[in-house]
Amino acid sequence: MSGAGSAVGQVTPQTLYFDEPLPLQSGAVLSHYHLAFETYGTLNASRSNAVLVCHALNASHHVAGVWADGSVGWWDNLVGPGLPLDTTKFFVIGVNNLGSCFGSTGPMHTNPDPAAKGRPWGADFPVVTVEDWVDAQVRLVQRLGITQLAAVVGGSLGGMQALAWAVRHPQALRHCVAVATAPNLSAQNIAFNEVARRAIITDPDFHGGHFYAHGVVPKRGLTVARMVGHITYLSDDAMGAKFGRQLRAAELAYSTQEIEFQIESYLRHQGDKFSQYFDANTYLLITRALDYFDPARAHGGNLTAALAPARGVGFLLVSFTTDWRFAPARARQIVKALVDNRAAVNYAEIDAPQGHDAFLLDDPRYHAVMRAYFERVSGQVSGQVSEQISEQVSEQISEQTGEQTSAKLSEQLLEQPSERVSTT
Amino acid sequence: MSPRQDLEIIASLVPQGARVLDLGCGDGELLALLRDRKACTGYGIELDDGNVLKSLQRGVNVIQLNLEEGLALFDDRSFDVVLQLETLQNLRRTEAMLLETARVGRIGIVSFPNFAHWPNRLQVLNGRMPVTRVLPYQWYDTPNIRVGTFADFAVLARRCGLKVTDSFGLQAGRVVRTAPNLRASVAVFKFERG
Repeated sequence: MSGAGSAVGQVTPQTLYFDEPLPLQSGAVLSHYHLAFETYGTLNASRSNAVLVCHALNASHHVAGVWADGSVGWWDNLVGPGLPLDTTKFFVIGVNNLGSCFGSTGPMHTNPDPAAKGRPWGADFPVVTVEDWVDAQVRLVQRLGITQLAAVVGGSLGGMQALAWAVRHPQALRHCVAVATAPNLSAQNIAFNEVARRAIITDPDFHGGHFYAHGVVPKRGLTVARMVGHITYLSDDAMGAKFGRQLRAAELAYSTQEIEFQIESYLRHQGDKFSQYFDANTYLLITRALDYFDPARAHGGNLTAALAPARGVGFLLVSFTTDWRFAPARARQIVKALVDNRAAVNYAEIDAPQGHDAFLLDDPRYHAVMRAYFERVSGQVSGQVSEQISEQVSEQISEQTGEQTSAKLSEQLLEQPSERVSTT
Repeated sequence: MSPRQDLEIIASLVPQGARVLDLGCGDGELLALLRDRKACTGYGIELDDGNVLKSLQRGVNVIQLNLEEGLALFDDRSFDVVLQLETLQNLRRTEAMLLETARVGRIGIVSFPNFAHWPNRLQVLNGRMPVTRVLPYQWYDTPNIRVGTFADFAVLARRCGLKVTDSFGLQAGRVVRTAPNLRASVAVFKFERG
């Protein structure tokens, strides 16, 4: 899918500042913070067509469209005019989570504690959870003048946020679309995260998380962390089809340290690239948020009880047959808990070969399912619009949608990054 | 179960406002009908990608699942009605599936092609496996791995301890109550757990 022009066109991120303290699950409080976000499409008069997109591990608020530097949004194949999440019908919001390194308040920003003497948060950034992120997102959505979202959508860790929305703020959304996700991490999932974290923490350049002051980054640790993560995003078959046992050179070098196989080269390349743009503390925070997510925990492990508040929300769950990170069986646990609660749940199991990464790709069956569901959501939006239109005035079409809605259609055939951003 | 009249007849067996599970819901037509006409809620279960999509497009709640894996997703008696229309003959574990249907629903409604319909009998008498509108496949490519007759099902239902509350045949969009085993291409049974 490289080389395709973005349907959304050029976009510019925005930032909002919040000075109302945010209480966190850990008991800590974030006294003030800012959130980076992007929007696509236009908010309708009744403010009923907004869809929030939650990002996964290493993605951001840059969901669709193209930045001035040429970088394309991570779900640009799904979100845009005429695409399954159609921005001619929906006002789509992408938000960057707290603790990230892409714009919202995170470990690279200044620690407001006077004792920190103006240094960055680093490892002292409070541990944030999926629920904390969602609570912050709620405030952003409210600030945009939206009291109820048409839907919250996310894949992987983003899907967990969508679920948390439905559980914590069921009145604030009508539909939850959770793709390639799970009700919690398995021991194996946590184990992979822990390997990644140890790689970072034991890198001598990590300096206990305060590496900024030393002018270094734990590049080796981040590289290994990404290599481990990347293995879990792909299926065995996909990796086999792409690399097999191909060698980099014509002959074996009989070296234990040089790259022999193409898969090694690929993983090192992915790791290197990642280590240049991702923050080590953010990686630790986000993998921990993944580990902690477990809505059933507060209900003695009973997921049905945990999801009971969400019974009035409409659900679409999607899984991919070759995703061994968040396998279909995990999604079915969510489906079962929702069925137990008599929620309006829909579930599609897409027979796609790519593994976990399939949620970022444009498999036609997957996208057809997403399109069909968003058309259902949109049908309800239009119904509401026609009911409410008389009491709403068109001037309420807010200026918040700003310049980025004047989507320059695909005149710029910008080259996409050669590898698609993988996310968990 | 394609003809509209057949759907209407089946729909008439479902109580107003029932919570319905439609096993093998196809494109969701019956569930949509039940929703619009009888304010029913519930889910369709479907394996085929194309049918899942069509059900989604109809606004029917659909769950993609292989029925051969059972109904572990659903608690005992969690539905008023479990429909199993024209799917039983495609499943390997017929008896287990029927018991599952009775476990999950208060009422079960099953339909399947009646192998004993007289044109089928004629074809068998002529030495060939029947190929008809309801059984359109050749013997070597049929998905119908469990063909049975109206009379056969009555026996199985008894064996499974099910209480048949209604049974009739369907032929050309009409209910057949006299000699359905001979005169109807489709058999319909409505039952409860005994």
